[in-house]
Amino acid sequence: MTGNSDLSPEQIERLEERAQFVRLETIRLIEIAKVGHYSSVFSCAEIFSALYYDVMSLSDDPAWPTRDRFLMGKGHAAVGLFPILADKGYFPTEWLDSYTRLGSPLGDHPDMRKVPGVDFSSGSIGHALSNGVGMALGGRMKDLDFNVFVMLGDGEMQEGQVWEAAMSAAGHKLNNVIAIVDRNGYQLDGKVDDIMAVEPLADKWRAFGWEVHEVDGHDIVALTQLLRRVKADKARDKPCCIVAKTVKGRGIDYMETEPGWHLGYLSPEDSEKARQTILATRITSCGEAR
Amino acid sequence: MNIKPDLTPESWQYRDLNIRAPSLSVLADTLIELAQEGHPVCAGTADLQHSNGLVKFHDAYPDRFVQFGISEQNMVSAAAGIATTGMMPYVATFASFIGLLTCEQIRMDVAYCAQPVRMIGHHTGISMGFYGTSHHATEDISTMRAIADLTVVSPSDGAQFRQLLRHSATWPEPIYFRIGRGHDPVVYEASEPFELGKAKVHGIGDDITIIACGMAVHGAKQAVEALNAAGHSAGLIDMHTIKPLDEAAVLQAAERSRVVLTVEEHNILGGLGSAVAEVMAENPGKARLKRHGIMDEYALISPPMKLYQHYKLDGPGIREVAEALL
Repeated sequence: MTGNSDLSPEQIERLEERAQFVRLETIRLIEIAKVGHYSSVFSCAEIFSALYYDVMSLSDDPAWPTRDRFLMGKGHAAVGLFPILADKGYFPTEWLDSYTRLGSPLGDHPDMRKVPGVDFSSGSIGHALSNGVGMALGGRMKDLDFNVFVMLGDGEMQEGQVWEAAMSAAGHKLNNVIAIVDRNGYQLDGKVDDIMAVEPLADKWRAFGWEVHEVDGHDIVALTQLLRRVKADKARDKPCCIVAKTVKGRGIDYMETEPGWHLGYLSPEDSEKARQTILATRITSCGEAR
Repeated sequence: MNIKPDLTPESWQYRDLNIRAPSLSVLADTLIELAQEGHPVCAGTADLQHSNGLVKFHDAYPDRFVQFGISEQNMVSAAAGIATTGMMPYVATFASFIGLLTCEQIRMDVAYCAQPVRMIGHHTGISMGFYGTSHHATEDISTMRAIADLTVVSPSDGAQFRQLLRHSATWPEPIYFRIGRGHDPVVYEASEPFELGKAKVHGIGDDITIIACGMAVHGAKQAVEALNAAGHSAGLIDMHTIKPLDEAAVLQAAERSRVVLTVEEHNILGGLGSAVAEVMAENPGKARLKRHGIMDEYALISPPMKLYQHYKLDGPGIREVAEALL
């Protein structure tokens, strides 16, 4: 199991820049809506970047039958996904300017019927892994070779359906299902493990029959290398879960330390300051914030 | 093994659990037919392949069958995922679970996402008898009918179920089929044609027209025959598709009959009776309306046939309800 795990300096710079792009666009789009999930995107910006700009097999056609699929259980981070899909050319970038406006295809949660490139709608937390399991089962029936990446929130681990899906992915030996838990530690009401403890998280996935890896979800190099490796491993006879340790709000210090930023709104002045901060900061790890 | 398929009338259970009830065997047989004809059908269930007979499809097409174990919500969400790849999944479990436990998965992942999934809720209504309320489904029409872009179908017997299942292979919307326990009395010849969305109008009575669905059609037919023999003018509409409702058929009855009586093995709130009432309220005609079914209560413990008698859902019971209106 080797895969090409080495990233060139140019590749690393590009992936960091695309994660920065996700954060900047998120700030811009939420200015239109005047409320949004900044911090939920900032914790998974590197995950988005690694998947869409390196790891996933994609084409210009968002409906390409053997494309790798991406699903997000934490659908409220869609504002970070839309700029990527526009950047990929799946829909006109002008659509982004309509974000949340009357009749826009782009809302707080991703809608597969309205947004080319969205592989499945989400918003009701807990469904996505089941949807992904179904895609893998359907791919098996149709003899289509693709991987299914499912990004889950750590608060989402509290939903029972996640574990039904986890059991079925292992039971059906779906080795092309790769779950990524964005372990940012916070949910709407506070700290995940104060609200309803989900630890020991890696052990839970192992106990459900998954191969489990843990990684710093802001270390774009380690994250990308790991994703490449698990995608390339065709000998694995089980699904794979990556617990990505992240920081909610990563990149904006007051969001990192104030959990109330799950849903928030920056004034135009604060948005501008946040943009400058993002542009001036190189994020390579969870840092010392937590 | 040479086990006779003897049905125990009290329990509606075969002694050999692997014997398929007649109307339920239609499910696997028809899916096998559709697969043989080239339709991309696949099937799944949640630990009930022997109850619903899908084990036969499992044996015929093992690569197109998914056993989900006891995880109904995962099954419905996964079926939606399967459908994205071009397959047409038929997933089946008890109607009591489909209509309530998986309601949100059906709304979000199947109907809202417009995935061509067909949910089959079997052992619906009060057919589970003494298994009790957890296994009765008297709310499933109501919940499924409230979900946009979802077709809701309640076939009256195996022959009709087969025709409607065949039609489902080319139907554009996702579908909820609510079927019985497989012992439903036979109403139709196998050759009788049926189409989704088009009611079977047996006749419009000057005095009364009964609009029924599902298992209740058989009793309603008996009641109509008895009423006509007694000198009344009675008619019957088999409203197998509850959504989209055949409004023209309802209006025929509303305009020409003095009484419209709806009969369903379901709570009178939200089901067929409510659907008919909505049409009649917005299109006032001659008829007055009476809804008959389960009167917003939980059914008693009882062998199934006794239960149908108790709730007046059999021929004599429906006749009694109808006569009181004439």
